[in-house]
Amino acid sequence: MSAQHATHAHDAHGHDDHHHDAGPHSTFSGYVTGFVLSVILTAIPFWLVMAKVIADRNTAVLVLGGFAVIQILVHMVFFLHMNGKIEGGWTLLSTIFTVVFVAIAIAGTLWVMFHMNANMMPEHPTPTPPTHEAPGHSTP
Amino acid sequence: MSSETLSPSHWALGRLSWDAVPMAHEPIVLATFIAVVLGGLVVLAGITKFRLWGPLWRDWICSIDHKRIGIMYMILGLVMLLRGFADAVMMRLQQAMAFGDNMGYLPPHHYDQIFTAHGVIMIFFVAMPLVTGLMNYLVPLQIGARDVSFPFLNNFSFWMTTAGAVLVMVSLFLGEFSTSGWLALSNLGAQSPSTGLDYYIWALQIAGVGTTLSGINLIVTIIKMRAPGMSLMKMPVFTWTALCTNALIVASFPVLTAALVLMSLDRYVGTNFFTNELGGNPMLYVNLIWIWGHPEVYILVLPAFGVFSEVVATFSKKRLFGYTSMVYATVCITILSYLVWLHHFFTMGSGASVNTFFGITTMIISIPTGAKIFNWLFTMYKGRIRFELPMMWTVAFMVTFAIGGMTGVLLAVPPADFVLHNSLFLIAHFHNVIIGGVVFAMFAGINYWYPKAFGYKLDRTWGVRSFWLWLVGFWVAFTPLYVLGLMGVTRRANHFEDQSLQIWFVIAAIGAAMIAAGIGCFLIQLVVSFLKREQLRDWTGDPWDGRTLEWATSSPPPNYNFAFTPVVHEIDAWWDMKKHGYKRPLAGFQPIHMPANTGAGVVISGLSLVFGFALIWHMWLLAGVSFAAVVLAAIIHTFNYKRDFYIPASEVISTEEARTLHLARHV
Amino acid sequence: MSDIRIHAGAAAGALAPREYHLAHEPHPENGTALGFWLYLMSDCLIFAALFATYGVLGRSYAAGPTGAQLFDLTLVAINTAFLLLSSITFGFAMLRKQLGDVKGTLLWLAVTGVFGLCFLGLELYEFSHLLHEGAGPQRSAFLSAFFTLVGTHGLHVTFGLIWLVVLMVQIGKHGLIPENNRRLMCLSMFWHFLDVVWIGVFTFVYLMGVL
Repeated sequence: MSAQHATHAHDAHGHDDHHHDAGPHSTFSGYVTGFVLSVILTAIPFWLVMAKVIADRNTAVLVLGGFAVIQILVHMVFFLHMNGKIEGGWTLLSTIFTVVFVAIAIAGTLWVMFHMNANMMPEHPTPTPPTHEAPGHSTP
Repeated sequence: MSSETLSPSHWALGRLSWDAVPMAHEPIVLATFIAVVLGGLVVLAGITKFRLWGPLWRDWICSIDHKRIGIMYMILGLVMLLRGFADAVMMRLQQAMAFGDNMGYLPPHHYDQIFTAHGVIMIFFVAMPLVTGLMNYLVPLQIGARDVSFPFLNNFSFWMTTAGAVLVMVSLFLGEFSTSGWLALSNLGAQSPSTGLDYYIWALQIAGVGTTLSGINLIVTIIKMRAPGMSLMKMPVFTWTALCTNALIVASFPVLTAALVLMSLDRYVGTNFFTNELGGNPMLYVNLIWIWGHPEVYILVLPAFGVFSEVVATFSKKRLFGYTSMVYATVCITILSYLVWLHHFFTMGSGASVNTFFGITTMIISIPTGAKIFNWLFTMYKGRIRFELPMMWTVAFMVTFAIGGMTGVLLAVPPADFVLHNSLFLIAHFHNVIIGGVVFAMFAGINYWYPKAFGYKLDRTWGVRSFWLWLVGFWVAFTPLYVLGLMGVTRRANHFEDQSLQIWFVIAAIGAAMIAAGIGCFLIQLVVSFLKREQLRDWTGDPWDGRTLEWATSSPPPNYNFAFTPVVHEIDAWWDMKKHGYKRPLAGFQPIHMPANTGAGVVISGLSLVFGFALIWHMWLLAGVSFAAVVLAAIIHTFNYKRDFYIPASEVISTEEARTLHLARHV
Repeated sequence: MSDIRIHAGAAAGALAPREYHLAHEPHPENGTALGFWLYLMSDCLIFAALFATYGVLGRSYAAGPTGAQLFDLTLVAINTAFLLLSSITFGFAMLRKQLGDVKGTLLWLAVTGVFGLCFLGLELYEFSHLLHEGAGPQRSAFLSAFFTLVGTHGLHVTFGLIWLVVLMVQIGKHGLIPENNRRLMCLSMFWHFLDVVWIGVFTFVYLMGVL
């Protein structure tokens, strides 16, 4: 099934719509490629965890995170049609901005809270080995 | 421990009962209530007598015109200024008298609500509406557009903000307001079962929806609707600051939303996010709320910087010095503001490495701000300066804000902050920058753009009186607080033992009285200007010999803003047009496509208000019904596909011809 | 765009005349897609705050059940499949829309809705099972964070489904007019965005929660 161009059949002088149709152009092959890649990128992490393939927890975290990032990119490109040309590059710019802010918010929170917990609750033994997440403990 | 298990709940009225009405035991509140009811009745009677309900509904409440919405935001902000300032006066009075045996006239529980309400109102319902109002009014005009990208959303955003303000005002008479400070840091989760925190949460959540949508609206407007030829680097600086501000809004308000949701889950459902047991961590709330809180103050101050840039250039009769560096400085501040939040809680135990990082970023952020001040000064240098009121406010800002900024850099040093955190020094610092920065900018902006919005200038005499009372009053009110803070006096205290401190508080109260007089003079200025409006009339649309496109329109502009969309060639587009001897086109007018007014915004906001009220009072049935009504109303609105109309060419012609007559008679 | 510009600059000597006005009605680009994308970015930040919360509180079991004890990864895998399938069926709906095929669009939208409902149904089943076992959101900070993060995503899916139904009615009524196409574009972005968030959820909450 080959891609067909969006029909710009609307000649109505509705001034809300202009000569560019709403949004980017989808193709069947694009969606199928994205889907297959997503299935693979989902199946592998599930298998890794359910079959307990990676022994070291830290490595597993990194690997799983990596797969998630790649699959998110696949979704962005194949499903959300993200590229630098849509909307004059503003969607890409705002996405980059958001990713930066998200990273600052999450990394900053984890860093701050980990330090705060470590300094302010020193009598409590950490139940799990220190990771980038704050060691949570229950009050006895 | 969740609040819902506390009082027995009526099926319809939730926990609302006659106890919630604090009349009998609180004379101050009772007096206020009577005054509000009487005043309200007068206003309603006046509207009825002059048959204004129709025009009020049609032309203002349902208006999607960014100019009308901008004016309504300003009115909201100024009305709430009176309430927030009344709170300030009450605090100053209490602190001036409550020493030793004298407990003052405000019991602690009431005092706590006052300082909380003061902060919440001033930030969310004075500063934000004023700033949003200015941006709303000016941005489409400055970029040569007819309206914003999403006019209905604009109207909706305004009414959501107003709904939040209404909730705060209702708390004065039904139940009580929060006692936890403007960020609700000290009293989290299930620990305070009264309605206070719930009023706080829902007022902010509802207003927050409005603000976030407004942020999206203005960003898209600036990106998509600029006049041909106006590249990003040819936009007025105010529009640049508006762009960065709204980017910050979209980037930070969601975090506030999330933090408040988590807090409300703790209160309503009994979750354990911020509790002291079962794994909760109250500091997580502090962390999240300040991730929002710091960008928030930059959201307030960046448009202020934008106002000053416009005013300095116009009243120095010179192009703004260093346009490019101004833009870069603004963008730098925008990004850096997201990297400093921990300086609000250096003392909470994150340790040296974390504190150092955030201390350094905090100091770095003062650099682009300093660059801006130099740019303003260099603009003034060898300019032909006119000390009209906007310029006076600007010079006052430069001195006041610079000092406030310096105290900020002092606080950025963690060891210093360990001594000064939550002292009156901190209070003095942030009032210094917010009043010196944001409030002075608002007065500069109001005096500057009032003729554009209403067709006549503001009276200068009363404006000058207001200015000096504000400026001197501010310093008299807050210098003592710097002194007291350095001596170690803590904030939010309603009573002191040490009599030797009293003199400082008395001086501060005198300062507050001066500011009150300054506000009074401002109100008189508005009335006097209205009465003298024919003498003060602005006939040309360009009373100050301005530089940017808003001055190319009549005062007030027609609802379509520009009969013909301007084509831009240079920065300071209007100045360029005047320099080239541009002549207004007198023929060839076309029908103009405009968005239509709608009542959907006020209806959905009103239903949201009911929803918030119902949740506060645990009226679960009403909450469910009103929520469903909100969703339904929104869906119904989407079935309305006819949202626009055309202004016929004949109407454009007659409007423009009237303007031609004015210009001919009065130039 | 070739606009006729009104020549309104009277040259008085040195400065050449410039054109300062567009003679015709301006046609600014429609901002709906960009505006909706910005809204999605703000939604991203809400989820970021919830993820950060989960990151901090995710091991605070309060001597209660842990993720390893509670999570049924097979169920999560099936749910992930439902959501991923719904993404591609939405894609098929968009392909049909590009061809102007109203019936085809509505059909694939309906299939998407069915998958979405299956996702929600299974998630509700999972939640009720956890509640039944005493592992509700009140039990510990970990569970509070879990229910809120996953629940917020589920709420978004719910609103997406309501929107889907409304839009199907509107397309049935008015056809694939420009306004409806814009709305479909927005819903498409919303739907795929929900799948993106789910990637984060199943990775950081479920898979890592079991480690």
